[in-house]
Amino acid sequence: MTAFDPGAAAAQATAAILHDTLHGTDRGVVVDSPPGAGKSTLVVRAARELAAAGRRLMIVAQTNAQVDDLVLRLHEKDPGLKVGRLHSSEGDAYDPALRELPSVTLSAKPGDLTELPVTVSTAAKWAYVKDAEPWEHAIVDEAYQMRSDALLAVAGLFERALFVGDPGQLDPFSVVGAEQWAGLSYDPSASAVSTLLAHNPGLPQHRLPVSWRLPASAAPLVSRAFYPYSRFRSGTGPGERRLSYGVASDGSGPDRVLDEAAESGWGLLELPARHAPRTDPEAVAAVALVVRRALDRGAVTQDEHPGGPTPLTADRIAVGTAHRDQAAAVRTALAGLGVTGVTVDTANRLQGREYDLTVVLHPLSGRPDATAFHLETGRLCVLASRHRHACVIVARAGIAALLDDHPSTEPVQLGVTVKFPDGWEAMMSTWDFWSDHRIPWRP
Amino acid sequence: MPLLNTLARLEAVRSGRARPLATVRHRHLSGRPLVLVPLTTSGEAGAPLGALVGTDRHDPCLLVIPQPRDRDLRWEFLAELARQVMPYIDAYADDVEPAERTETDPETGKRVKVETELCVDAPQLIVPSRAGVEYVRLLGRSMRFRRTAEEDPENPYPVPTQVPLLGRWFTHLAERSRVPGSALLLSATELLARHWATGQSSVEDQHLGALLAWIAPPGGENGPGTGAEAALRAELARDRDGQLLVPPAGPATDPAFDNKLLAPAMARYDAARAADDRDAADRAGRTLRELVEGQLRPTWDAVWRSLDLLRALPAGERTGERWTRDRWSYTAHRDRVRAGEPPQPRRDDAVTAAQKLATRETEQVRLDAQEALDDPLVMAGRRLAGEAFAGEVTEVVMEWSESARPRPRPLVTVVTEDRPQLADGAAAKVFRSLDGRPQAAEFVRFEGAGGIVLRLLDKMGSGREPAPGTVPEKGDRLCWTLFEHDARGGPKLPDPEQTPWTHGGPPGSATAALPLPDPVTDGDIL
Repeated sequence: MTAFDPGAAAAQATAAILHDTLHGTDRGVVVDSPPGAGKSTLVVRAARELAAAGRRLMIVAQTNAQVDDLVLRLHEKDPGLKVGRLHSSEGDAYDPALRELPSVTLSAKPGDLTELPVTVSTAAKWAYVKDAEPWEHAIVDEAYQMRSDALLAVAGLFERALFVGDPGQLDPFSVVGAEQWAGLSYDPSASAVSTLLAHNPGLPQHRLPVSWRLPASAAPLVSRAFYPYSRFRSGTGPGERRLSYGVASDGSGPDRVLDEAAESGWGLLELPARHAPRTDPEAVAAVALVVRRALDRGAVTQDEHPGGPTPLTADRIAVGTAHRDQAAAVRTALAGLGVTGVTVDTANRLQGREYDLTVVLHPLSGRPDATAFHLETGRLCVLASRHRHACVIVARAGIAALLDDHPSTEPVQLGVTVKFPDGWEAMMSTWDFWSDHRIPWRP
Repeated sequence: MPLLNTLARLEAVRSGRARPLATVRHRHLSGRPLVLVPLTTSGEAGAPLGALVGTDRHDPCLLVIPQPRDRDLRWEFLAELARQVMPYIDAYADDVEPAERTETDPETGKRVKVETELCVDAPQLIVPSRAGVEYVRLLGRSMRFRRTAEEDPENPYPVPTQVPLLGRWFTHLAERSRVPGSALLLSATELLARHWATGQSSVEDQHLGALLAWIAPPGGENGPGTGAEAALRAELARDRDGQLLVPPAGPATDPAFDNKLLAPAMARYDAARAADDRDAADRAGRTLRELVEGQLRPTWDAVWRSLDLLRALPAGERTGERWTRDRWSYTAHRDRVRAGEPPQPRRDDAVTAAQKLATRETEQVRLDAQEALDDPLVMAGRRLAGEAFAGEVTEVVMEWSESARPRPRPLVTVVTEDRPQLADGAAAKVFRSLDGRPQAAEFVRFEGAGGIVLRLLDKMGSGREPAPGTVPEKGDRLCWTLFEHDARGGPKLPDPEQTPWTHGGPPGSATAALPLPDPVTDGDIL
């Protein structure tokens, strides 16, 4: 058996995807990408090759930030490529940095951009484009986070499309009930990919096999817990990513959990079991303290890239929560400790982002019940797969018992593909694993 | 659940009485609603047992099927129900006012205003509980595809004329009831639970008798016990024969009633019919009517008592606007029926489903905003959640935009004790209601203790100086929201004939997923 060569495996997958996209006969190609597997790189590469082949291309992303990021990446790789950035008519809808790029045309009117080889916008904005000459090709980014009805609104604009996304992240949702359509192939609240594949089951499906973001300590757990049928590997081997501190531990809970995370890639800071309000003040304070200590102790990171250790700065740290009010409480707590520049957000908003160190407030911490929202597989997957070096989970004890008390009770809908693993199973397997890296809270 | 609602529930537990969740009524109530209390037969889906229906609380029309498993009797019942309900629904069809509607011109593709008409009022159907709404949906589904003798002379089992029509209207009302804030079809339990918090769980709140007992216990303020005790009695208390003192609000009946009273009476009726003894059958039929009425009447009265309680609340300012949307919905369905369009399909096509979902999401956003704007108690919940803040204006500094024609962009400082989810450096817009219309401002910075500096952006007229009354003054108390006051509808979706390949192509095309009959089950053609 030959050793696994991540670079070669990824290159082979990319080549097959590009072949099907450029030379295939099917109208669509679907690419599943685990966290940090180079999805954006693939999108940029496919866009350039499609443009080079003379196919007029539209790119559909889900948020303005994603669109701006794609435009910047396209420009970085190919400053000569003419790119249109279709934006909403409200003035501040795009990154002002785009104005500086000579190859980028900004407009709120699709008519201004029709001649350009590549036009990028959000699904929401594309949906307002009417009566345009159809684009020869489209790339739909984050297709698993796009809702079926959003695809319905834009699919008439293109002949063929490459759909790229991460099936393990948060499913799209609706603020109103959509049960009446459950089981229909075109359920408007389902993901765009599930509708697409239900109607076009023969489309080629590919998978990116290597996560370049997740370290060797994280990829096996994330792969096993969230992608049991489409395993992936980390691009780096054990020991290639290292996190260390300039200042020794003071023996407190936060310091010891940071040491554990540096050592093994994961650390679980466990507070005493207790039912708490959502913005659990003790848990929030513990999260903030972990971040503060990581900065105070002069953490440095070393990775596979040449160059010496890099200091871990606040902008390379993220705190992830389930709810917005929890994020707000953590921000307040961090400000109270004099920490600025750390990203604090919910799982929904952290999707697609990458940091060196993440601190996660466990979605079930301190809860008396486990609802479908808190058990959603994608939410935990996003929170547990944002880091390049280490991840610290902060939770109250008793999650295993809580899970035992709350088996999944979602009604089974006929005709709906059952998603594996279910959230309960993913919660349990990750909790089991993290329990081996448990540090009891001690201030 | 919002924190304030949790608090209200805790207070209700402690005091044994329901606590208000609203200071105004958040749903339109018709001056002449049609109340429908249906009962169903256990063990057989869609087999009604009886109903009380009518617009006069003192004179309901009682409909009873002596043998619900007899389908001829069932259709007689539904025909009678149609005779009771259809005149009520039709009564609103011809009283119209001129109105305008924006439509896409098929030739130019432009949005143009079209003169049309709008019914000045619409019917309103009230059922006891959520399950009642589902039952209306089920009845609609069972009736709307049936054919009358006029439509299909060959049909061996034609139904009376108005039955398919009632099916289409019931379907429409049930579908409309899924739109947040709509009021064509409402249930008493949901109306009450929206306006009062009880000390029981939301599942228990679906028991109309128990819910009413929490809100208005028998005997009033000086009654014999707390609402909590009365609710428990309503749920559990039985007489010497084991029958519930407060029958369930249906459509399901109590098993003790089914077994001890209903089943023997029905057996007598069946035996009399089998023996061709008309007198005995009539006697048995009368007994059955009395039995069913005994189950229906308490619920009928409870629904009207619920309406009394709700009418005592003043209507929320914006409920009228939402009712206008209901009137549009009613008018549109009236037009579809008049145009001879076929009944609503069994399943929505891809475009219709997406359109409905988009409408409901828009209406949910609108409802959340409007309820908060109409009701300080609801707004308090949003303030507590950091989605709004109220405070006093302490300073107004006039500034102007930098352009050839400077426009007013005054800075307003508001001091508040609320803690809105705003952050320095993060752009955010806030809104206040200025004579019922939203005025926008952008968040500039925090200042001092509880000070929030805002820059007004619009609604100040077209001149250099702001129009009088459009800029707040020092000392004004204002409430700003982080959410918009109205909801924008989404983009126009393709026509169903233009359904793209990703969604199976147009309905009926080769690639569209046709629901094929189950090959194993004989006769699976519905």
